[in-house]
Amino acid sequence: MFVYIVRRLAGMMVVMLIVAAVVFVIARVVPGDPAAVMLGSSATPEDIAALRSRLGLDQPLLAQFILYLGQIARFDLGDSIFLNRPVVQALAERSELTGLLTLMSVGIAVLIGVPVGILSAAKRGRWIDQTALGIAMLAASVPSFWIGLTLIKYLAVDLTWFPVAGYGAPDASFGERLRHLVLPAIALGIPNSALILRFTRTSMLDVLGDDYVRTARAKGLPPMVVVLKHALRNAMIPILTVIGLTAAVMIAGAIVTETVFGLPGVGNLIVSAVLRRDYPVIQGALLVVSAIYVLINLSVDLLYAVVDPRVRY
Amino acid sequence: MASLPAEQPSTVVQAAGPKPRSRSPFALLMRRLFRRPLVVVAFVLLIAILAVAVLAPWIAPFNPMKMDILGRLKPPSAAHWFGTDEFGRDVLSRIMLGAQLSLLVGLLVVVVATVLGTLMGLAAGYVRRLDGPLMRVTDALMAFPDILLAIAFMAALGPSLYNVVLALGIVYTPRVARVVRAAALVVREMPYVEAATALGATSPRIVFLHILPNLVSPILVQATFIFAYAILTEAALSFLGVGVPPTTPTWGNMIAGAQQYFQQADWLILFPGFAIVLTVLSLQIVGDGLRDALDPRLQKVT
Repeated sequence: MFVYIVRRLAGMMVVMLIVAAVVFVIARVVPGDPAAVMLGSSATPEDIAALRSRLGLDQPLLAQFILYLGQIARFDLGDSIFLNRPVVQALAERSELTGLLTLMSVGIAVLIGVPVGILSAAKRGRWIDQTALGIAMLAASVPSFWIGLTLIKYLAVDLTWFPVAGYGAPDASFGERLRHLVLPAIALGIPNSALILRFTRTSMLDVLGDDYVRTARAKGLPPMVVVLKHALRNAMIPILTVIGLTAAVMIAGAIVTETVFGLPGVGNLIVSAVLRRDYPVIQGALLVVSAIYVLINLSVDLLYAVVDPRVRY
Repeated sequence: MASLPAEQPSTVVQAAGPKPRSRSPFALLMRRLFRRPLVVVAFVLLIAILAVAVLAPWIAPFNPMKMDILGRLKPPSAAHWFGTDEFGRDVLSRIMLGAQLSLLVGLLVVVVATVLGTLMGLAAGYVRRLDGPLMRVTDALMAFPDILLAIAFMAALGPSLYNVVLALGIVYTPRVARVVRAAALVVREMPYVEAATALGATSPRIVFLHILPNLVSPILVQATFIFAYAILTEAALSFLGVGVPPTTPTWGNMIAGAQQYFQQADWLILFPGFAIVLTVLSLQIVGDGLRDALDPRLQKVT
């Protein structure tokens, strides 16, 4: 187990190194001089030269990359050009909202996807299964920003059940904040519930065909017990994987959802950074999100050992 | 991995004996593909959407760019089936033009991702020494969620239709590369490849003449899904304002542009949204159908 963790961490470091290289390259393929682009058309040549040397852009590429890696190792992602603060701080300030939103969306996606997936597998081929699969495919075909806009229009504007946008007043209570996140979480959760549903169903079907399930049925156990107790436990592993994956995907999905609902989270930060060409923020956000993504994947793999005692690394 | 259960066709006569004329692989594929009525419906819809996209300039009821300030934000009516937008332009005509642009982006993304991904996958699957490094690169690219990587590329490249194609093409390349590599690893060990090697065939000849043709099925399935994802992601990018420039009426841009008005004029977002959903849904159903219809061994590879 220990050796496995070390090996996985080492593999993760390699992936993150390539990720850092990709991020580094992306910022360097900007047409023209990044410093000039960042400062806009009103900048004087002296300003540009000063920013260039401040960002280390006047050094050879390899030296720049090594410098950059050194910074990352110290958790220094540079300073935002527009926000006048370190990128790490800017990300941290906004991570609470995005974290909550992701958590709520995962919750919604799991609450829809897992039970319906189990039901679908148990009633394989029947109308309820067909309907569930059809709706799942439909849900996976709908852009989440479009769900968001229609929810705003009908539930927030017309019926006034929910706030239209934003995250409440600065001193709003936690409950009030959560209320602002309900519609965004639905908009983000629904398309992702489809993936969880399909995976749950597949995983359950694999297990339901096993001999021990037949034995359990033959013993005369009630179908509910067989499905929920005997089969589900073994079907859980792939389901966990896909839930982890979904959580990671949702962090990125939050970019779009936060824009729709005008929520000041990490996604919003990324979009405004792109529109203002605030490259340190873009680079930092890319690194952090992909690191979270990779970490979630790793923890899901390690969780296997907890859920399934047969898994030994 | 077993996915959808094999459908049991009730009306198809399977034991009807050999039918020499319909034995071509293509005919066989078509027969298996259209066994499910839903796939037929989706396929017909796709053809219809494609036809509308291609014929848009001729069949659109109005000029999609023609403004009419007096007739702005009019709800759907007999003249304007899908209503008019904030400049009085006919929404239906704009959706038809949008179909052209959105499908064009989707198709070009499929071409870029399939070509790059196939080359990368073949290299990784056939040349053992390249396998490790190339797969680490795909791992790293897949460590970014699609939309985030696309946004990053767009930030670097700047908004334009071809940059969207390039960005999304690169984003979806690893998906093709992985499938191609996995399949190539299997095919590489086939006796006929060994036979070709023994006959002295060169590596490019083996790869492109003996291995590649056997990978067409998984590539085709993957391409269909990438087409669907590309349309969704393009819409999201354009919605965020980092995709195709706002003056180009792709479906995503139409929805993005309607954001200020949709609280009074919901048809501005509803109809372009339906267009996206219908197209993506049809593509996914056809993709699913293809996966089931093509070689069942495929399911182990993808």
